[in-house]
Amino acid sequence: MNDKHIEMRGVRKTYKFFTLDDLSLDLAPGEVMGFVGPNGAGKSTTLRLALGLIAPDAGEIRVMGHAMPDGQAAAKRDIGYVSGDMRLLPHATLGWHMDFVKSIYPEWDGGYAATLIKRFNLRPEQNARSLSLGEHVKATLLLALARRPRLLILDEPTTGLDPVARHEVISEFMDVLRDDNRSILFSSHNTVDVERISDRITFIDRGRIVDCSNKEDFLDRWRRIHVQLPAGTTLPSLPNIVGRVNDGQFITLTTNQFSEGLLALVGSHVRDVQRMNLEEIFVANVMHHREARGQ
Amino acid sequence: MYSGINISQTDARPMYLQIMEQIRARIAAGDWAAGKELPSIRALAVALNVSVITIKRAYLDLESEGVIVTRHGKGSFVADVNGLAGELKDAELDKHLAEAADIGRQLGLTEDELAARLRRALKNLEKK
Repeated sequence: MNDKHIEMRGVRKTYKFFTLDDLSLDLAPGEVMGFVGPNGAGKSTTLRLALGLIAPDAGEIRVMGHAMPDGQAAAKRDIGYVSGDMRLLPHATLGWHMDFVKSIYPEWDGGYAATLIKRFNLRPEQNARSLSLGEHVKATLLLALARRPRLLILDEPTTGLDPVARHEVISEFMDVLRDDNRSILFSSHNTVDVERISDRITFIDRGRIVDCSNKEDFLDRWRRIHVQLPAGTTLPSLPNIVGRVNDGQFITLTTNQFSEGLLALVGSHVRDVQRMNLEEIFVANVMHHREARGQ
Repeated sequence: MYSGINISQTDARPMYLQIMEQIRARIAAGDWAAGKELPSIRALAVALNVSVITIKRAYLDLESEGVIVTRHGKGSFVADVNGLAGELKDAELDKHLAEAADIGRQLGLTEDELAARLRRALKNLEKK
């Protein structure tokens, strides 16, 4: 029995100037996965593949138990998709959009929609054209959330939102997770949001997955070690060092497999060990992989 | 409901440690008595807008410290250990004393001078 919400194996998609290659990704029910990458890394392409909007050139994709893209009609009942560049019909009201979505999806939850209208401070009689950017994002989220889909796929859902709107939107995402049979896959540049609400994190760069792990493991494994090395001494060869910057006697080492054993090898020269936040880990990770691949 | 627990993004400690410390503080203060049921992992995650895995990590570590017990299918509870709150206070005292000893050494204080400073701090408390 395959109960994963998303399963991608060895997926490839080639465009003229861009190739997404060897992409594998899993999302289990009850999980939030943050999908992080620079602009043009292939985040949106991956999400669109998962939705069945585009077909892969190679590999397998299963979403909500359906093979994609063939099973997309059946899978879509269970998926809510919101992208930052989604546009509502400018001359129609939010209420009209709500009625429209309701007519397609029998699962539409009118009570929840009314609650969201209040929480997001929106008005159904408002024309889409007159919505601010933040209101527009909240409106598209409302249309997806009120269907109560089991899987939410969100492409940059918080981009362009002010801090208050971001807080409202993120609280709503977490509210979805009260039900442990629901899951969220979201892409973002905002590593603060990702660090906070993701259970698992996938880094992508230049069409390739760079790293994927449980968030707590990421934060546990990566460390910066500051070393002061008196003139004439050298460091022993150290395992799992992904970055090294020398500045006179001072050396900054970055490791992706921190352990007390590693620290013992450096010995008395250690001045300081720092944890890294997700943004620092992301940048160090991407730079390390680009170097390893000779780019 | 549990909005009293806060997570700071500028705190250098990871989020799970911040959560553990605030739960320990509630138990040490007696606000969360022995046997009290903790919110479920998912409920606390939703309340704090923090991932489930972070809360799971905090609960697991609290459990291995013996501060809480988890019964499968029933939830997590404040450990019913005699004097647990006292032990936590005790551990906190040791931590602060270790820090004080370290600063004392940096200042070049002798053992007697440091002890005198502690006595003075006690006297000041009594005056209040």
